[in-house]
Amino acid sequence: MNKHLRMYGPVIAAAVAVVVLQLALSASHAPYYMTQVTMSVYYALVVLGLCLLMGYAGQASLGHAGFFAVGGYTAAVMTTCNLNAYRDAALIGWCRSVGLLIEKQDLYGHPMLCFSPWPACITALVLTGLVALLIGVPVIRLKGHYLAMATLGFGLIIHRIVQGAQVFGQADGISNVPPFQLFGDLEVNGRAAFRVQNYYIAWTVALVALVLAINLVHSRVGRALRSIHENEEAAHSLGVNTYRYKLATFVLSALFAAMGGILLTHYNGSIGPSEVSVMKSVRYVAIVAVGGMANLWGAMLMGVLLSFLSLRGVFGTYDDLVFGAILIVMMLFASEGLLRMPNWRALRARLQGKPHG
Amino acid sequence: MDFTQVLQYCLAGITVGSVYAIVAIGFNIIYSATGIINFAQGEFLIVGAMTAVSLHHYMPLPMAVLLAVAITAVLGGLVELVFIRRVRDASVLRLIVITIGVSILLREGMLHVWDEQVRGLPYFTGTSLSTIGLMGARISPQVLWVLGVCTVIVTALTLFFKLTLTGRAMRACADDRMAARLCGIKDSRMVTLSFMLSAAIGALAGCVISPLTQTQYDMGAPLAIKGFTVAILGGLGNSMAAVVAGLLLGLLETLAVSQLPVAYKEVVSIVVLLLVLIFRPSGLFARRETSALRA
Repeated sequence: MNKHLRMYGPVIAAAVAVVVLQLALSASHAPYYMTQVTMSVYYALVVLGLCLLMGYAGQASLGHAGFFAVGGYTAAVMTTCNLNAYRDAALIGWCRSVGLLIEKQDLYGHPMLCFSPWPACITALVLTGLVALLIGVPVIRLKGHYLAMATLGFGLIIHRIVQGAQVFGQADGISNVPPFQLFGDLEVNGRAAFRVQNYYIAWTVALVALVLAINLVHSRVGRALRSIHENEEAAHSLGVNTYRYKLATFVLSALFAAMGGILLTHYNGSIGPSEVSVMKSVRYVAIVAVGGMANLWGAMLMGVLLSFLSLRGVFGTYDDLVFGAILIVMMLFASEGLLRMPNWRALRARLQGKPHG
Repeated sequence: MDFTQVLQYCLAGITVGSVYAIVAIGFNIIYSATGIINFAQGEFLIVGAMTAVSLHHYMPLPMAVLLAVAITAVLGGLVELVFIRRVRDASVLRLIVITIGVSILLREGMLHVWDEQVRGLPYFTGTSLSTIGLMGARISPQVLWVLGVCTVIVTALTLFFKLTLTGRAMRACADDRMAARLCGIKDSRMVTLSFMLSAAIGALAGCVISPLTQTQYDMGAPLAIKGFTVAILGGLGNSMAAVVAGLLLGLLETLAVSQLPVAYKEVVSIVVLLLVLIFRPSGLFARRETSALRA
């Protein structure tokens, strides 16, 4: 009992903080901040997944925006493409009879037949998982630089495909993505009337993901992962199947990113190529670094905070520059992350050019 | 496609390919000296070209190019002194992240200095319209400049590493840092020098290609990816193989573009990169030592 309390105490505290923040924002004259917090929480979901991969399995991925996009774009395409012309095809007929499709009308009153969000969401997750597996199986065997470049290449390919293919709306992206009705009256919807509801939906998803991640890290798997991070050869020699653990973490972390992508796409009602740019992937890496690499709480907190500041436009035209600078400063002076930073003596020693440790 | 058309595409491929080769050699020089892949390598080309464009307002072209190369070399040295030197023994993950950060700083810095406009140096000889006939194909004299400069760079580097004392010292450091240090070579200086050298050749390549492709602040990352592909294709650390691999990738890319939509131009080289990483991570011309790259 005590052990459980120690592990989940912070989660409960976080939930309380979330409620307090909501009440404060609702009472303030700027309740629209809540919208940006909600978006930031979805970005934080991507960061959380990347944190598992980078901090615990020690593998860098520069392609997480790609997984975000695979999720988001799949959901967007499936819920917006019109299958009306294929109404009579056997497969479509079957899909209709089991309730995977919904009928609606577009802006001009033309009948539309689209996938409803749930099957779209599940397909998007399965597809992302498969893509991650396909990329991961060969690539996860590679060491540091190679993995980074390979995932960077993956991200670039997705970016170019999204920009080049008609289905994905090219430079315009996909808009008019319908809201995602979860259960009953609960729906992922960006309209102002749904603001508070969505704030809680986002946080619930994020906190559940966080608990999952914490459990994972504190399990046998988590210990295996950390042993890989510390010393891969040693872990291997102790019988840890390093390859399989790394691959599983890679896929899991891609799924986190896809989940963020799917929900944010429904929330915004659109997705565009800017979500897939290399800079986005680098930004996720930067946030993980600020959070302190192997620090899920830090990743979560910084993911929300920095995404929020960026969405508010606080950094202005220096937005990307800020994230680049963050990366360097963190790596040079505080590779443990901001939250464990007060190692001032080492910092001073380093600034004076003395070798440290 | 008839023969002239194929020839035309091949010439275009060789031109871009030789630039990729130079980027790859830049990667190799730093990799040999430090074991780091410098993700900011592509930015050196753009910084060089942009600086030359700006300097050209005040001085004749050859002067502007030379000065731009010198300035970029100093920048490369500074990058090493400020960012890399402190954390030389850090994990690969940290070093990667740092060079990525440096590439963003350089790119965003360029955005603020030169805005997002596309710029280009003037043609070194003739104008954008002048051409030279070659067995039915037409090429710009600038293509000859690109090929010539790249050949000179490769030859000069080879001679430098073979014949000069500094070049030999750099090679010694790449082989065995400790042994080199015992011979009285100041290894940290060699590392700085390797950054300066690859920044300089990057800048020079950036300048000669600028009239043909034009230059924009964010063109560095695609160049870096392709250069990296070439470096891997040839086998990391193997500069001569990089030349062959560069020409190969250039040819492949232009031939692919002749068949595919231009939007997918970069996809070709990235697919090559992924395939090489999967099947032959030690390169097409694998040497024994590099086969230890797999985990």
